[in-house]
Amino acid sequence: MDLGLIIGSLPALARGAAMTLFVSLTAIALGLVLGMLLSFARMSENRWLSAAARFYISALRGIPILVLLLMVFYLLPAVGLEAPPLVAAIAALTLNTAAFQAEIYRGGFAVIPPGQIEAARVLGLGETRIKTRILIPQVIWLVTPALVNEIIVLLKNSSLVSVIAVTELMRVSQQLVSKTYKPTEVYLAACLLYVLMNLCLSALGSRLRRRIGGASAGGRP
Amino acid sequence: MAGYAPVVLHGLWVTIAICAASTLLGLAAGLAVELTRQHVRSLRVLCRVYVEGLRGAPILILLFLLYYAAPGLGLVLDPETAGVIGLGLYNGAYFAEIFRAGFESIPKGQVEAASSLGLSPLRILTRVKLPQMPALILPPAVNQVIILIKDSAVLSIITVPELTKETSKIINETFAIAEPLLVLALLYWALVEGVSQLGLKSERRLTRYLKRTEEGTRCS
Repeated sequence: MDLGLIIGSLPALARGAAMTLFVSLTAIALGLVLGMLLSFARMSENRWLSAAARFYISALRGIPILVLLLMVFYLLPAVGLEAPPLVAAIAALTLNTAAFQAEIYRGGFAVIPPGQIEAARVLGLGETRIKTRILIPQVIWLVTPALVNEIIVLLKNSSLVSVIAVTELMRVSQQLVSKTYKPTEVYLAACLLYVLMNLCLSALGSRLRRRIGGASAGGRP
Repeated sequence: MAGYAPVVLHGLWVTIAICAASTLLGLAAGLAVELTRQHVRSLRVLCRVYVEGLRGAPILILLFLLYYAAPGLGLVLDPETAGVIGLGLYNGAYFAEIFRAGFESIPKGQVEAASSLGLSPLRILTRVKLPQMPALILPPAVNQVIILIKDSAVLSIITVPELTKETSKIINETFAIAEPLLVLALLYWALVEGVSQLGLKSERRLTRYLKRTEEGTRCS
């Protein structure tokens, strides 16, 4: 075990970890918007819209993220959209997480008492305002623990975007290995960085869970 | 394109075989970890490191450690073995948590009743607790198997000739992109849907006795 090598490669690994965080958090934020829209579409009274959302959610939850990543990366240029790897990576992760987040939000909306919506209607609030002022703020708060869980899953999945040459933590460690021929040290260090990031996130998650008090919504186990 | 059907089918078969083997390994590892931390106090920390460590690391880096770093420590594995061990141990950490929830949901009264009837702890485990396990852990376990199947695509990166790897070979040979990728996505989706339907069916079968006893108590 070459400790000097691990310490020497830490700056590069830290830059990779920053990229990992950037990719994951961007995808989570974009997935939040898309997932929210999807969950509204899923609960919509329009049968076609609801069926389309259900199809999207089922399909995207059934396709491995690596396959989705290859599809986005190879198929976008085929339809004439030249996307740099970073954009393709964030797009694929967003499309995936949106399907899972949609189910999380659906679980959250189910918890809100219908009386609130009826009361808001009686007070003359429009449907959009009911959504933006009453439903969404509560749901976001209710599902934060599930959302933190989703960030952990996504952070781990983001290691796959190394396949399309995005220089995040995984890719950086691969580059270091091809330079130093020391896979044990480099991969172990990268592995520990991932575990560290996720331990911080899960500590945050259990703190939030205690504050919110067991309001559990759906999502990945 | 149709000429490549055997290649795809072979990949599908490898994926199914690898997922089955990893699931068995994962269940065994999960149960072993859960029983160890229940009964051997001194190893509890080690079990915690295993569960937290593996759940916090991406499967890809675990596979790289097994396939590229382990030879440096004298452990040379072929891609399939490394893949099954990696997927199995990784999911073992999740299965351990699933088993824990299963054991926790067994009513205390059952264990107390069994021990007051003079059953030894080992017999309580094998005769009272474990027989109930399948019904208790089935829904979360099926969920985990679905995640495992999707994660198995990552094995293509360490050159295991499974579904994703075989399909990318076709892409490289034919330069056709859309069709192979679409078939690939559809096959995974079908596999996942199939497993989830199978899970629902066996859940109904395994919990049938619960309904029967309910009816039984109502009659008496």
